[in-house]
Amino acid sequence: MNWFRFASPASFYPLAGRLAPWFGGAAALFAAAGLYVGLVAAPTDATQGDAYRIIFVHVATAWMSMFIYLVMAFWCAVSLMFNARLAAMMAQALAPTGALFTALALVTGALWGKPTWGTYWAWDARMTSELILLFLYLGYMALRQAIDEPRRADRASAVLALVGAINVPIIYFSVKWWNTLHQGASVSLTSAPTMAAMMLTGMLLMALAAWFYSIAIALTRVRAIILERERHAGWVGEAALAARGAR
Amino acid sequence: MSVAEFVSMGGYGFYVWGSVGACAVAMCVEPWLLRRQHRRVLRSLRLRRDPAAARGGHVAVEGTR
Amino acid sequence: MTAAQAAPRPLPAPGAWRGVAWAVRRDLRLALRSKAELGVQLLFYVIVATLVPLGVGPDSVLLRALGPGVLWVAALLASLLALPRLFAMDFADGTLEQMTLSPYPLPALISGKIAAHWLATGLPLVAVSPLLGLQFGLGGDELVVLALGLLLGTPTLSLIGAVGAALTLGLRNGALLALLVLPLYVPVLIFGAGAVDAVRTGLGAGAELSLLGAGLLGALVGAPLAAAAAARIAID
Repeated sequence: MNWFRFASPASFYPLAGRLAPWFGGAAALFAAAGLYVGLVAAPTDATQGDAYRIIFVHVATAWMSMFIYLVMAFWCAVSLMFNARLAAMMAQALAPTGALFTALALVTGALWGKPTWGTYWAWDARMTSELILLFLYLGYMALRQAIDEPRRADRASAVLALVGAINVPIIYFSVKWWNTLHQGASVSLTSAPTMAAMMLTGMLLMALAAWFYSIAIALTRVRAIILERERHAGWVGEAALAARGAR
Repeated sequence: MSVAEFVSMGGYGFYVWGSVGACAVAMCVEPWLLRRQHRRVLRSLRLRRDPAAARGGHVAVEGTR
Repeated sequence: MTAAQAAPRPLPAPGAWRGVAWAVRRDLRLALRSKAELGVQLLFYVIVATLVPLGVGPDSVLLRALGPGVLWVAALLASLLALPRLFAMDFADGTLEQMTLSPYPLPALISGKIAAHWLATGLPLVAVSPLLGLQFGLGGDELVVLALGLLLGTPTLSLIGAVGAALTLGLRNGALLALLVLPLYVPVLIFGAGAVDAVRTGLGAGAELSLLGAGLLGALVGAPLAAAAAARIAID
């Protein structure tokens, strides 16, 4: 099967439409299982009580926020190397979801910090790096918005995403340095209690749920982006007339 | 675990349900906004493509949703 | 006469270093024509550094603690303020486009522009920082490390900033450049201010200064290439 056939927006559009609901369904199933494990089945932690259960959503959102950035940077690299429109659209589709997960990681981290460490925000290395990651996402989205011409927007934001991707480990390293310098041997705000197997299972299930959710959303969003950007192509008009509802 | 214990989460109910709730809300709002955007784009495309058919078919489409 | 002798020999392609030298000379000459503008940017640094004591009070212990961080943040902001002038005029009058077509490699020309830009806008910050450090009650060792750190850090800021400036060429929103570039400045800020703190606590600033140096080398290699790519994207 010639996979490169799907590199054209016109043929990817229907494929994405068929795939998205399956990923969405999988996400819902994994989320249900993960929430059951995390909120009901897993034992209460000795030191943190039931507050530790936040870890099940916090870790999933934090992992996804970083993973999505990498995937976004990957598609940006592809779009630059092969001058591929669809790859750039894929990156464009991923960014808002990545930013959302970063914001959720910050919110859940703050809600976890208050009962366990007494403060909503404690400038620890991981949370501070998450905050900077949020700025990187927002910068990418803002640059895209600011440039009218779509191909220039694609390429410029791709360069920005790649520069950002290279800098993320440097930024994380420097923030960790800063944190240990100023707080001594600080206990990380997000240090997890020693993991029982059940807890790992729960975290894995939630991470998978978040992953499948992201794929479903990205596939759906890229469809809207394809329609918007390819609106002058003949097939788009046909697809719009043929569409029943918005699926 | 009883229902009461489940809701209160050892006294940390606000934090645990706040976190889970924030994620749940976000993951409902995002798809909903996306659907709206997609529908808006489709509507505007239909209008451009064939104003007469779009207006006539618009009612039928709404009904089949 | 054989055909080989009759055909004119092609001129040797201009080397990258010639391109750098040409760009440095040109941009410095242009910069020195607008000395007032450069003076204003330096004054911005001084004023911002003065605002903080006005905001937090003259408690010398507090100011001494805040000093390195404040002076570094102010340097970041002053550096940011100066960035648009790196490409703006050349972009507006078409010179930048000519540069992309020139036989000199574009990254070389851009390196030269960044070097001149730093000499005109970054080096003055380094020179003035010890004086401002005195305002915050920093001691001799701290002032030296502050200046050294800025000497290594401000070129890095210019290099990273050049990528941002090239990406946002011709766009109206000035704040966008800040949003793009400031997160990338964070490591420089952390190690620069951290160096002064390290010297203060007696640990020695060797590690931080080395990291700043390494950052500068990395930026020297990567930034002109990225900025050149970004400039081509903006012009095409």
